[in-house]
Order: sequence, then C-alpha cells, then structure tokens
Amino acid sequence: MDKNDIIKEENRVYKRPKLLTDNIMHYCPGCSHGVVHKLVAEVVEELGLEEKTIGIAPVGCAVFAYNYIDIDWIEAAHGRAPAIASAVKRLMPDRMVFTYQGDGDLAAIGTCESIHAANRGENIVIIFINNGIYGMTGGQMAPTTLEGMKTSTTPYGRRVDLNGYPLKISPLFAQLDGTCYVTRQSVHTPANTRKTKAALKQAFQNAMNGLGTSVVEVVSTCNSGWKMTPAQANKWMVENMLVQYPLGDLKNTVKK
Amino acid sequence: MAKVQGVVVINEERCKGCELCVVACPADVLQLQSMEVNDRGYHYASMVNPEQCIGCASCALVCPDGCIEVYRVINK
Repeated sequence: MDKNDIIKEENRVYKRPKLLTDNIMHYCPGCSHGVVHKLVAEVVEELGLEEKTIGIAPVGCAVFAYNYIDIDWIEAAHGRAPAIASAVKRLMPDRMVFTYQGDGDLAAIGTCESIHAANRGENIVIIFINNGIYGMTGGQMAPTTLEGMKTSTTPYGRRVDLNGYPLKISPLFAQLDGTCYVTRQSVHTPANTRKTKAALKQAFQNAMNGLGTSVVEVVSTCNSGWKMTPAQANKWMVENMLVQYPLGDLKNTVKK
Repeated sequence: MAKVQGVVVINEERCKGCELCVVACPADVLQLQSMEVNDRGYHYASMVNPEQCIGCASCALVCPDGCIEVYRVINK
C-alpha cells in the first residue's frame, strides 16, 4: 500500500492536541516540559474542560506556558502559584485550576505556599516538574539536586554536609490530610508517558469533584543543565534520579 | 506484505533533532538526517525504513515538540 493511501483522516492514530498552539516552544531540544505540556493539552481536551481550565504558570522555564497551551493562564510571582490557584479556585469553584511548577519554584522559594495550599486541601492540581536543577537561570543547585550531582554552583558535586540533603517533596505532600492523590511519574518512555497522562487525568477529575489537592510530580530531565544529550539524560535519570525519587503512587484516597 | 502498516508524518520545521523518537522507536524506522537541516539548523528526524513502521505512535508520545502524526492501516 502506498504511503499516500495510508495518510488519511480515518487511519490517524496520533495527532497533536488542538489546544497546543503552533508556536514553536522555546525549550531546549529534548526537554521534558514539551511532553508534559502536550499531555496537559490532551487531558484537558479529553475531559472537555477547554473553556473551564485555568493554569497558573510558574517562574522558571515554563514561564511562557501561556504561549503554548490555548487555555486561560495567570503568571504567578516566583513560588506563589499555589496561593494564586487557591484564590482562583475559591472565587470560581466550577473551574479546573492547576499550577505548573518546577523544583526551584515549588520546592525552594514556594515550599511554604505549596505545603499550606495542600494542607488546606484546596481543590487544585499541582504539577511538579522535578529535574534537580535550576534550568532557566543557568543550571544552579536546586533543593532536589542529588548528592554528588554537579551543577554550576556545586562544581565538585553536591555535598550533604555543606548543602543539605535532596528534598523529597512528594512524601511531604503525601502525609498531609488535605491531599487526596500524590503520585510520581516520568515521561522518558512511551509507557511512562501514558501513565503520566492517566495520572494527570485522575488529578484533574479529583479537582473537579472537589476531593482535595492532587499532586503529580514528574521526574524530568534537563539535558542542557546536566550537560548531556537528551538520550543520555534519560538514561542518567533512570540510573540516578529514579533511585532517589522512585516512581509510583504515594497516596491515593480516591476509590476507583 | 506486513499485516500492520504505519506511516509517521514529521513536521520538519518544528523538529529540534533531539533524537528521543529515534530511541523510542521499537522498529528502527526513524533516524536523524545526517546532512539536511531545517530552517533553524536542526538535523530533523525522518523515516529511513518506512516499510518497517508498525504505527505504534511511540515516537509521537515521547516527542517534546509535538511534531509527529501517526497513521496506521491493518491489511486484511
């Protein structure tokens, strides 16, 4: 069968989600942000929440998320996305409100806002992209940086006696009574990408059903910050990041 | 003839040549162009073994820039 006979509407098995705009993303080649953006757009589309979703963008590489996903966005001050999300959700309870934050935003400057929003059980979704580095500002050490990991501010590797231990933020969320769903996923293989999509879908449904705060941590790569190719970065992530941050549900109080 | 036949359509101008689709492909269909580059200077991905494609959409799932569309037919 000829190629042109196969390329028809009825044979299509995968298409870019409509909510993803035509703007070319500013992310580095192979950045996990692109995959997560795509999954968010797909899930919003599948749940039919295009007109009801409000995203809260962070400070970090994903600061321009409003250019890429065609929903309503608010840009928050550094780390304050969960506080703004709480306000938006309380004022407009029929909307699906999610924050999209990196580890510098959520786990460093915004720890207070994140923990307290989750503790209040705000009906929002927190999407947490954990790549163990400050990507936008030039690869400095983040709280989630692994022990011995080289960054521009720890050129000889992170020392726990000097810089402290890697912060595991999802277990902190999991022990709060306000959260209903805390999960840790990744997007480095097609299977993991599908699982992350399912997790996002459940989290968005939890928020719409008013069950409490849902946290989806996505262990990601920052190949530019890690000074690797995208494929090497994925391998390094499996060998190092996933040992420290194992994948799976940390908490799920919602019965299926 | 292969029972399942797939075709991937790559938006070459969007592609940043990250090679994640090449790694994810279970049938060794995709490769980056070794000489050709797109307008932004990236070696974009293309089908080098189109007859082996099974249309599993693994490449499209891991593509960070959403440049891949996948079509599939099942020959009866």
